Amino acid sequence: MSATSISMTVPEPNWTLPARGTVAMFCLIAAEAAIFTIFVVAYLFYAGKSLTGPQPKDVLEAPIFYSICLLSSSLTIHMAVVALRKGSIRNFGMWWGATIVLGAAFLYGTASEWHKLIYREGLTISTNLFGTTYYSLVGLHGSHVVIGLVAMTTVMAFALLGKVSEEHAERVDVLSLYWHFVDAVWVVVFTVVYIIGR
Amino acid sequence: MSTDSIAWPGSESHSRAFVDQLHEWIATVDHKRLGIMYIVYALVFLVIGGVEAMVMRIQLIRPHNDFVSPQVFNRMFTLHGTTMIFFVAMPIVFGFGNYLLPLMIGARDMAFPRLNAFSFWLSAFGGFLLYFSVLGANGLYGAGNAPDVGWFAYAPLTSLAFSPGHSTDYWTLSLLVSGFGSIGTAINIVATILCMRCPGMTLGKMPLLAWMNLVMGGMVLLAVSPLTAAQIMLMIDRYLGGHFFDTQAGGSAVIWMHFFWIFGHPEVYILIIPAFAFISEIIPVFSRKAMFGYPIMVAATISIGFLAMSVWAHHMFTVGMSSNANTFFVLSTMAISVPTGIKIFNWLATMWGGKILFKTPMLFAIGFLFQFLIAGLTGIMLASAPFDWQLGNSYFVVAHFHYVIVGGILFALFGAFYYWYPKMSGKMCSETLGRWHFWLFLIGFHLTFDFMHIPGLLGMPRRIYTYEPGRGWDSWNLIVTVGVVFQSLGVLVFVYNLLWSYFRGEIAGSDPWDAWTLEWSTSSPPPAYNFVAIPAVLSRRPLWDLKHPDDPDWKYE
Amino acid sequence: MSPTNIFAPASTPADSIFGLSLFVLAVSAAIFVLVVTLLAYCVIKFRKRPDDDGREPPQVYGSNQVELAWTVIPVLIVVALFMATARVIATVQNPAQPSSTIEVIAIGHQFWWEYRYPGLKVVTANELHVPVSDPAHPTPTHIELLSADTDHSFWVPRLAGKTDLIPNHPNSTWIDPHETGLYLGQCAQYCGTQHAKMLLRVYVQSQEDFDRWIQQQRQPAQPSTVVAEGQHIFETTACINCHAVAGTVADGRFGPDLTHLMSRDTIAAGAAPNDHEHLRRWIENPETIKPGSLMPAMQLNDRDIDRVTAYLETLR
Repeated sequence: MSATSISMTVPEPNWTLPARGTVAMFCLIAAEAAIFTIFVVAYLFYAGKSLTGPQPKDVLEAPIFYSICLLSSSLTIHMAVVALRKGSIRNFGMWWGATIVLGAAFLYGTASEWHKLIYREGLTISTNLFGTTYYSLVGLHGSHVVIGLVAMTTVMAFALLGKVSEEHAERVDVLSLYWHFVDAVWVVVFTVVYIIGR
Repeated sequence: MSTDSIAWPGSESHSRAFVDQLHEWIATVDHKRLGIMYIVYALVFLVIGGVEAMVMRIQLIRPHNDFVSPQVFNRMFTLHGTTMIFFVAMPIVFGFGNYLLPLMIGARDMAFPRLNAFSFWLSAFGGFLLYFSVLGANGLYGAGNAPDVGWFAYAPLTSLAFSPGHSTDYWTLSLLVSGFGSIGTAINIVATILCMRCPGMTLGKMPLLAWMNLVMGGMVLLAVSPLTAAQIMLMIDRYLGGHFFDTQAGGSAVIWMHFFWIFGHPEVYILIIPAFAFISEIIPVFSRKAMFGYPIMVAATISIGFLAMSVWAHHMFTVGMSSNANTFFVLSTMAISVPTGIKIFNWLATMWGGKILFKTPMLFAIGFLFQFLIAGLTGIMLASAPFDWQLGNSYFVVAHFHYVIVGGILFALFGAFYYWYPKMSGKMCSETLGRWHFWLFLIGFHLTFDFMHIPGLLGMPRRIYTYEPGRGWDSWNLIVTVGVVFQSLGVLVFVYNLLWSYFRGEIAGSDPWDAWTLEWSTSSPPPAYNFVAIPAVLSRRPLWDLKHPDDPDWKYE
Repeated sequence: MSPTNIFAPASTPADSIFGLSLFVLAVSAAIFVLVVTLLAYCVIKFRKRPDDDGREPPQVYGSNQVELAWTVIPVLIVVALFMATARVIATVQNPAQPSSTIEVIAIGHQFWWEYRYPGLKVVTANELHVPVSDPAHPTPTHIELLSADTDHSFWVPRLAGKTDLIPNHPNSTWIDPHETGLYLGQCAQYCGTQHAKMLLRVYVQSQEDFDRWIQQQRQPAQPSTVVAEGQHIFETTACINCHAVAGTVADGRFGPDLTHLMSRDTIAAGAAPNDHEHLRRWIENPETIKPGSLMPAMQLNDRDIDRVTAYLETLR
């Protein structure tokens, strides 16, 4: 089966379109932003409406240190991407590793906060409206941190095996977009849960 | 391996073992094959959903009928709605988009072929999961338990207290899974349109089908996620003791409605906008004129996309929102009729002064125009909140939305089938069978859905498995049921046409309709790589430019 | 004539909606006629003739003036429709309530209606009685709408538009029927298996008849020694866990109040007429009348069923 084609009339000399990976990641971010928005709306709607059980101001302590860890990891991941674009793989590895460590520290902070809330304060997802909305919102964000860490660890493994080079900078940058989004969501969640909601 | 994407008897690929061919289809990442798989999958579920409708209509043919029990009836309307929206309309829209977009923008495939395949199989799995509930929901003894909470699954009916067992969970999980598939496909569609257009095809020069799929893709990204969120919340309520919709704990049943309809309303625009796309390709070709007002059509589509996200609570006029809230949603809902009306006028203006050919695709397009107009007008009636306080949740609403989905979307889809079937298979459909399909289905559609408005006006609510005699509803319900017979015959003729034409249809050639967009520049069916060389274009109708070198479009655009 | 026709209003809310609906219908009809005429004209005038010369027709790409026209005119139509609608929303949702308003609390259950008249100290089920309202001296009925379980919707088309009953979300509606009579409707929000049989009956009575009904409903149950045995069975067989009979030990709230059961024309929220045969069948096994109803069959023997039926038949 032969295919007829359009004959080239006057082809555009400079035909550049946006990069697929970046566009796709922005689309994913849009969809994720919509999910988070709904959980945030639920949190705000139910703020102050729990009939029983612990209330936010009684049991919540703003996790300032761990939030700083997470937000700094946006800086470190940015430095990692810059390093990779310049071709300095060693620096890339260091900054990338630092990002993973900071992200893991944040998760540890969330885990210990939850441990305290569950075992000392008696707040679980089924305790009251506050418990339900708090654990779902923070948990949804935490699960996205986990996914990001898994992805970043995979890249770390490739880097340690010497398989990451300058030509992968674009893709790594796309992954860093996801990580920046996760951090931005935390800014919103932190504000809603630890500042407004209390 | 053959360069054909569809093998048919006579070509050299026919000699390959069946298992090999099957493997090729299952492992494919080719957008054309995935497109066809989406479409076939949707047609199978269309028949299943149609059977569910038939069961309901037989039960309602007279008052106090006992064809099925109330429990079975309630499962029928739940499955019918869920199936038709999520496992017929969404897949078929994705299927056509998948097939046509790369061809129409001069690309070799979608932006992410493997994501494409993954999204398809996720969606497909969702459908099977929903129907597995018939067997599996309460264990394998008995007939199982399909969900029976309605397709919008209002709380607190869906709480464990009122829906014990797992039937509701099958509803939730099957839609969660296929929802992820939908988001994957939407990412693919947006990335493809923004990043893979051939040289010269600026956004202002791409076919309207591409614009409309771009808007649809964006809407899927923003609208499906709220449903995903709400369903996660429902699962947390049902299994982790959460209280999102637990009214005993101070939770709100109304917030489920808000979250659902923030998804649910844009969803129906997600379904209709691709239908607009098909009409925008078919009407110009069969009127032999360029689309009238291309830039306005683009602007209208984008505004519909935005406005559609702001009207959701017109599904909630009866839940007791404040008069201010009700008034706002009246305004936003009525506002959306303006860009929609503009489109109807632009299609009419395209036909005006043309030379109309009444081939089967155009018959369905004209049917679409007539019926979509009526659907829009009954929509205006429902948009007027006090009128909705009578009409809402009655058979008037059921008639309205079937008018949009069957009279609008399905008619446009039938048109699309007849228009692009030659491209996909290399064969023309039978015009005679096409006309039989059109007229049978048209008669059946109008018998059922015109008269369905009347019981609504006479007070008949929806989702009832039987009704009282003496309310004036009996004869109308009878007529409505009779229409189903004609519609089923029409669909049978359609399926037969598809099959008959595959084997016995006239060879189509690359451009049987003398059309103007890029998909008609390559063979029918296209080779796996779509184009021998990536084309470059100068206008919205590259083939018109080729066929009319003395009077090309780019002089006027 | 259908007893549930939305175009036969008998009360102010339904009247206001009817007036608005005529306006909306008229505008829609005009648009329909205009566009269908244009469509028909196109399809006939611009079809390809058999003697066509094969040339393409003149290509017209657009026209800003035309686009402007068919944008501005629809906008004006929308503005007109919106303003008419907004006015009716305000009048129906925020009515002035004269002091003569009768207050009723309606509580939706799966699958029946509970009615309480707090001011008049009456509790009943499924059949709502209200006084007729004279437009000159209105005596409307204001109905607070609550739910004990899932979502329901109160829809009596000739009296008012529907309003939902949602747990933890009190709503209200009001009616002021202008003519006495029986008005029908049914639950209009899917609430479970027997949603279809959650029927509504509103008895609009003259002020005297209404007052008399209230008086009679206020009385405790009048037991008869002849059916004491039936009462005994009723009170010792878990019936009282769900049902109340004022003046006796029965004070269950899960099912309809039975104090004046025999004052109603139907049972099971309209699913069956209230006669001996149906009442007995309902007590014996509710599944035979309303499968999926939440009242269980109490597995009584025939003799006991007869006794209980006889007792209930004294609850006027």
